[in-house]
Amino acid sequence: MTPSVRRWLCLAAIAGFAGFYLWGLQGLPGFGRYPGPYGNIIASHAVEQAHATGVVSAVNFDYRGFDTLGEEFILFIAATGVATVLRRLRGERRGVPVDQVGGREQTGTSDAVRVMAVLLVGPMVLYGWYLTSHAQTSPAGGFQGGVVLASAVVLVYLAGQFQAFRRITPVGLLETAEAVGAGSFVAVGLSALAYGLAYLTNILPLGHQPGAVDSSGTIALISFFVGVEVSAAFAMMVAELLEQALVIRETGT
Amino acid sequence: MIVAVAGGPSLDALQVTLLVIVAAGAALVVLTREPVRQVIVLSAYGLLLALLFLTLQAPDVSLSELVVGAIVLPILLLAALAKIKRDVK
Repeated sequence: MTPSVRRWLCLAAIAGFAGFYLWGLQGLPGFGRYPGPYGNIIASHAVEQAHATGVVSAVNFDYRGFDTLGEEFILFIAATGVATVLRRLRGERRGVPVDQVGGREQTGTSDAVRVMAVLLVGPMVLYGWYLTSHAQTSPAGGFQGGVVLASAVVLVYLAGQFQAFRRITPVGLLETAEAVGAGSFVAVGLSALAYGLAYLTNILPLGHQPGAVDSSGTIALISFFVGVEVSAAFAMMVAELLEQALVIRETGT
Repeated sequence: MIVAVAGGPSLDALQVTLLVIVAAGAALVVLTREPVRQVIVLSAYGLLLALLFLTLQAPDVSLSELVVGAIVLPILLLAALAKIKRDVK
């Protein structure tokens, strides 16, 4: 294929794509307009029905909980995949943890980074737990909270404490926490079946006051289990990657 | 500046500004060629997207974008890059 044929083919493809794209855009509802009935029904009933003022969480963990269960297992399988790919292989050994990236000057962690990281660990843990435990009251949830908790663990590494980081991220414990978190989500759903109700039906007492921390039944509980699963999954992935970058090397090097 | 879209609510000045900045940021991510630098730009881009979602009144989505786009993705990419650079050496 000569360059000029290729150019014309490319231009024709771009023109075709642009045409269909603009055509498709014509069919979209206007900015901020929602044509379906579902969202408005949920918005007007969720607080009363699920006792959750965090309506998005009510959708995620109750009305559309089964969908979230699927997403939960996407992350679970991804983390398992990372752990499987990054295991220590034959012909590899564990060495002294040092920065092994070549072609750059080896510098210690600066005091500014250390101090900031140490100062932030506590607030990050608190904020992570706050997000995990307040899905039912405000924009929050186990996913966001879990990631914030995992980044608190990463801050320990940033503080220059790789040994401390390894101590608080034992892979066995993280794997167990991840599995227990994901399994508990499934179990909460199954327990509704025992009462003859649909899977993931909200069977726990909803509490008296919508917007209170102890309200919303299974929404708060599922958010908690999601937080356990997500924090463990992300902490494990970071731990495995850092282990690869710093500790594991080929035998003979 | 107010952009009116037929029949719907209108974008306010803050949303328009952020849309423009996000578009510029996306181009910047693609145009940055050096991987480590690109990860940093990508992280900043995640922060911009989080701000955009916030102005579109989607705090839940904003929070998710913040933790994934600005924190987790850059961390995983940086750790992976460190591993690759070591093996190339």
